[in-house]
Amino acid sequence: MSLDDLYKETILDHYQHPRNRGQLENPDVATRGHNPLCGDEVLLAVKMEGDVIKDIAFGGRGCSISQASASMMTEGVKGHQLGEATALAGSFKELMTGSGSADGLEGNEDLEALQGVRKFPVRVKCALLPWTALLEVIERWQSATSQAAKA
Amino acid sequence: MANQKHGRADASALDVQAIRRDFPILSREVHGKPLVYLDNAATSQKPRQVIQALVDYYERYNANIHRGVHTLAEEATDAYEGVRRKAARFIGADGPDEIVFTRNTTESLNLVAYTWAADNIGPGDEIVITTMEHHSNIVPWQWVAQRQGATLKWIEFGPDGTIDLADVERLVTPKTKLVSMVHMSNVLGTINPVREVARIAHARGALMLVDGAQSVPHLPVNLADLDCDFLAFSSHKMLGPTGVGVLWGRRAILEQMRPFLGGGEMIESVAREETTYNVLPWKYEAGTPNIGDVIAFGAALNYLSALGLDRVRAHEIELATYALDRLGGVPGVTVYGPRNASQRGGVVAFTVEGIHPHDLAQVADYDGIALRAGHHCCQVLASTLEIPGTARASFYIYNTPQEVDALVGAVEAARDIFSTEVSVSVAR
Repeated sequence: MSLDDLYKETILDHYQHPRNRGQLENPDVATRGHNPLCGDEVLLAVKMEGDVIKDIAFGGRGCSISQASASMMTEGVKGHQLGEATALAGSFKELMTGSGSADGLEGNEDLEALQGVRKFPVRVKCALLPWTALLEVIERWQSATSQAAKA
Repeated sequence: MANQKHGRADASALDVQAIRRDFPILSREVHGKPLVYLDNAATSQKPRQVIQALVDYYERYNANIHRGVHTLAEEATDAYEGVRRKAARFIGADGPDEIVFTRNTTESLNLVAYTWAADNIGPGDEIVITTMEHHSNIVPWQWVAQRQGATLKWIEFGPDGTIDLADVERLVTPKTKLVSMVHMSNVLGTINPVREVARIAHARGALMLVDGAQSVPHLPVNLADLDCDFLAFSSHKMLGPTGVGVLWGRRAILEQMRPFLGGGEMIESVAREETTYNVLPWKYEAGTPNIGDVIAFGAALNYLSALGLDRVRAHEIELATYALDRLGGVPGVTVYGPRNASQRGGVVAFTVEGIHPHDLAQVADYDGIALRAGHHCCQVLASTLEIPGTARASFYIYNTPQEVDALVGAVEAARDIFSTEVSVSVAR
């Protein structure tokens, strides 16, 4: 085990130069992911267009792993359909807590850089935080749209 | 005996190398490096004398206490009650009957909240605490305030991490029934003027509770100096085992309070119609207590008494002064709490610009350094400072200036990792 497994250049790059960091005007759904044990926080907001995540932004404060993971996540799902985003979240969870296989990430090299986090079990929850927030946003959107459809 | 080995008569500094040999864990390695244990505010390590006391109890005289007439029960009872006398002497209590054994400081504080506060705080009354309290000295009082219609008032701390007695004078009113305050902050290291605060509280007719979780292990604490009404502290932060806390209360107050938990030991007699309660302190110790760990806590008290708390304090002032100086010299480092070591204990919380405390603790761990990162159960304090958390080094009798150097090395290593402008360029 080496610190280099954790603090890969790609991760440090996303931490220091986060993509899609900021706020959205009039987001369709927003949520706050929070880890009460360590205080990591990811604020997530999305703009939807039909079934597609048209725009996504994150804020909040946290360690390099949670914030880099958030940055990578927004890049990974922006412009994609909700089904694809859900699948990517599932694949990422598989990488972190399941088999450790990166097969489902379809060659997303940035996300694969987070693979080393597995060797630091305490930090896995940091990497997962933004993805949990993403799944909550998706669920909220789907339940809101299905209720609107019924009404 | 530690007494002979460390030479109480010698008023000079602690013999740290001799002390270190008493702590088996200090010889282990973490990630191939010697363990540098700087998380003493969370829990201290245990000397072999404490570990041996546990082994002796379980190997030689394990028995339930107070009720048995057999030899083992008598020996266990003597040992258990002997620690109560030691604890009373350690803090200068009026007698062992004022010492109640609990699980930890948290339970001691809750005991007061569920007994004394339940009967003495009503609608319109006030409870005064500070914004540097541990959650265990916040949440029970929030509950009391909510349940009983009282108001919780906060004493703020200033930029130097200290409170202003003028604020205490203003906030504590004749409606105030309780002032509950940490003696030494587990984040800022601040040593609060609890004696002066107690004087103000008493002048307004309020009681004074002191959270001594961080002070009793590290400072000479004598009740005659504190002038408080309750004092809570834990064994595990002062070389003893986990699972043992102490609540000291003034005899007259403890006698009037209702019992806490109901069950065996705390009763005098139980009939269908009515139950009468045991005398102090057993009235507050329902059920079989943590006998083995209380007995081992006695070995911890012996160990600290032999060293002398004045010398423990002097050692920590030296380490804190050195750490404040060294860390303060690293670019980007912000240290919290009083600058003057006489106003603070051996707890040094800090942040490093651009590096989250968890990342700092991770890098330190790789160097074998146990550092705490986060809000340290003081979210009100963290939000007051508008920071998500800090890294914290906290010292004890076995720490050395060389370990402070190792800490500074880890901070510099973290700065190297995080200040490198990454060459990989990814499309934005």
